[in-house]
Amino acid sequence: MSEGKVIGAYLVPNQALPVLAPEASPGWQSLAHSYAQVRAEIEASDADLLLLFSTRWVSIIGHQMQADPAPDYWVVDEDFHQFGSLHYQLKMDAEFASLYQDCARARGLTARTVAYPGFPIDVGSVATLQMLNPENRLPAGIVSCNMYSDRAETLVLGKAAADAIRQSGRKVLLLGVSALSNRMFGHWIEPASDRIHSLKDDEWNRKILELLGEGRLEDVSQLAREFHRQANGDSKLKAIWWMAAAMGQHNHYRGRVFDYQPVWGTGAALVGLQPTAKAEGGLEYDEDEVDVFVGDRNVLAPQPSKNHE
Amino acid sequence: MEKGRIITGCLAPHPPHLAYASNPQQNEPKASGAGAWQPLLDAYARLRQSLAAHDYDVLVVHTPHWKTRVGHHFLGVPHFEGLSVDPIFPNLFRFHYQLDVDVELAEAICRQAQAEGLVTTMMRNPEFRVDYGTITSSHLVRPQWDLPIVAISSARTYFDYSDEVGEREMLALGRATQHAIEATGRKALLLASASLSHRHFTEEPEDPEDPSFEHIYNPNQAQWDQHVMELMRQGQTRRLLEEMPDFIAQSVSECRDGSLTWLLGALGQAEIPATIHGYGTVIGTGNAVVEWDLAAQEVGA
Repeated sequence: MSEGKVIGAYLVPNQALPVLAPEASPGWQSLAHSYAQVRAEIEASDADLLLLFSTRWVSIIGHQMQADPAPDYWVVDEDFHQFGSLHYQLKMDAEFASLYQDCARARGLTARTVAYPGFPIDVGSVATLQMLNPENRLPAGIVSCNMYSDRAETLVLGKAAADAIRQSGRKVLLLGVSALSNRMFGHWIEPASDRIHSLKDDEWNRKILELLGEGRLEDVSQLAREFHRQANGDSKLKAIWWMAAAMGQHNHYRGRVFDYQPVWGTGAALVGLQPTAKAEGGLEYDEDEVDVFVGDRNVLAPQPSKNHE
Repeated sequence: MEKGRIITGCLAPHPPHLAYASNPQQNEPKASGAGAWQPLLDAYARLRQSLAAHDYDVLVVHTPHWKTRVGHHFLGVPHFEGLSVDPIFPNLFRFHYQLDVDVELAEAICRQAQAEGLVTTMMRNPEFRVDYGTITSSHLVRPQWDLPIVAISSARTYFDYSDEVGEREMLALGRATQHAIEATGRKALLLASASLSHRHFTEEPEDPEDPSFEHIYNPNQAQWDQHVMELMRQGQTRRLLEEMPDFIAQSVSECRDGSLTWLLGALGQAEIPATIHGYGTVIGTGNAVVEWDLAAQEVGA
């Protein structure tokens, strides 16, 4: 079996409104059209697995990999329930989920597969798969977003994905399910008048998209903390950390911004990244490089007493 | 119609571990009985015993596990049934539920809260899955499931704006709850479905109920929990509310989801001593089962 590899990646929105009610807003409609463009690109690729990291699936016990081969249920958005339910029948690559779990554990992470009838697949993953893989042409994998993990742990999770992909022989497209700025309107708006919550969020989103459009994924990964602070980034932008680590932490990509629209105030973008030989840009890197996770550093917890000889 | 009233308010934490350890027939996984959370199970038993002396006709639950960013939402369908699988602890909680909703009371609270200036919404989608916080707290308090409930979501105000803004909203939501209960003639039991300190361990033992694994995440959490419970015991409600933002910030408290402040608001910020039925940890978090018995206060007054 030849070695597997990541053949590309997409950043996709974490909200379901463009799926539930595209006609309600010009921006959501535009995203729906752009999903179709991405879907066509995926269908033209030779990918045999879609691997999602979703900020809408939060975990506490380490990292969870969806391993039910055929999840069949429905999801109702916690806020936007009046827009209807999303019924799903998905196809998951259970073998890959198990391999990913093993690779994550080998790098020191707590990880487990989950396969339970009726498990609530998160609304971000369901919306993404309905738009990009509606007929289940490709099997998928989903990994959760640990609420306590920071950059180091998330990088290790991304590297474990790369390990699993290599070992699996799969040709994989990564999907980071995440908003950019994640400030939502806290009141009911006319969908047609949706806009990015603030000018500051919008400016930061556009700067990040400018870099991603140039293929500078690692540069964005290095900027993620600042972006999160300035623009209320979605889950610290862990999806970017995960994608960058899984793809080798460099800027050797051809980037394409398919779309950027507001969804209830958040920054929703569809961005594609294809590996190329030539590196773009390169800022100063000031973040640590981590290969193995050594556990939580609960510095206030009592330490085991040392034996003195 | 006789004026309604709140009979009792409870802090009723919802770790799914407690429903799991109770081995109810509705829950698919079965626990070993190793006893890690026995202090909390005993605390809930004492709470149920205390509540048995009271007459109430509805449970009103504020839940951190229905997280809404567009204001405060209320279940608005008369009957739900289905399977609730906890996305975080699916190995412990896969609960088949059937429950009735007091839609009239939910709508009344919704209207009152709107009059307080809050953004509110009735949830009318019959396919909505009821969250495990609502189910766990309700089940542990009244496993018979013979009374209707009202379930209120946790608006993300604390997270999207600030803890102080969140506190003000929750006090207003509490006032609205109190007024709606009075106006609809209900005798209500209120449940704030929340832990105190809320930092979890990110791994669990092979038997999740292994008592040798279970302890508080760190001493800071324990000290804050003890301090807050002492304020409750002494009936220092206003001081507790004054210190709430510090408690939230310094102990990663689940009170940031607003449930406890909502409860104290609904109780009129009454300075009455609470009964601590018990305290225990669940995967590192601090949990107290607490009762503010308004009915007993009235009798004693």
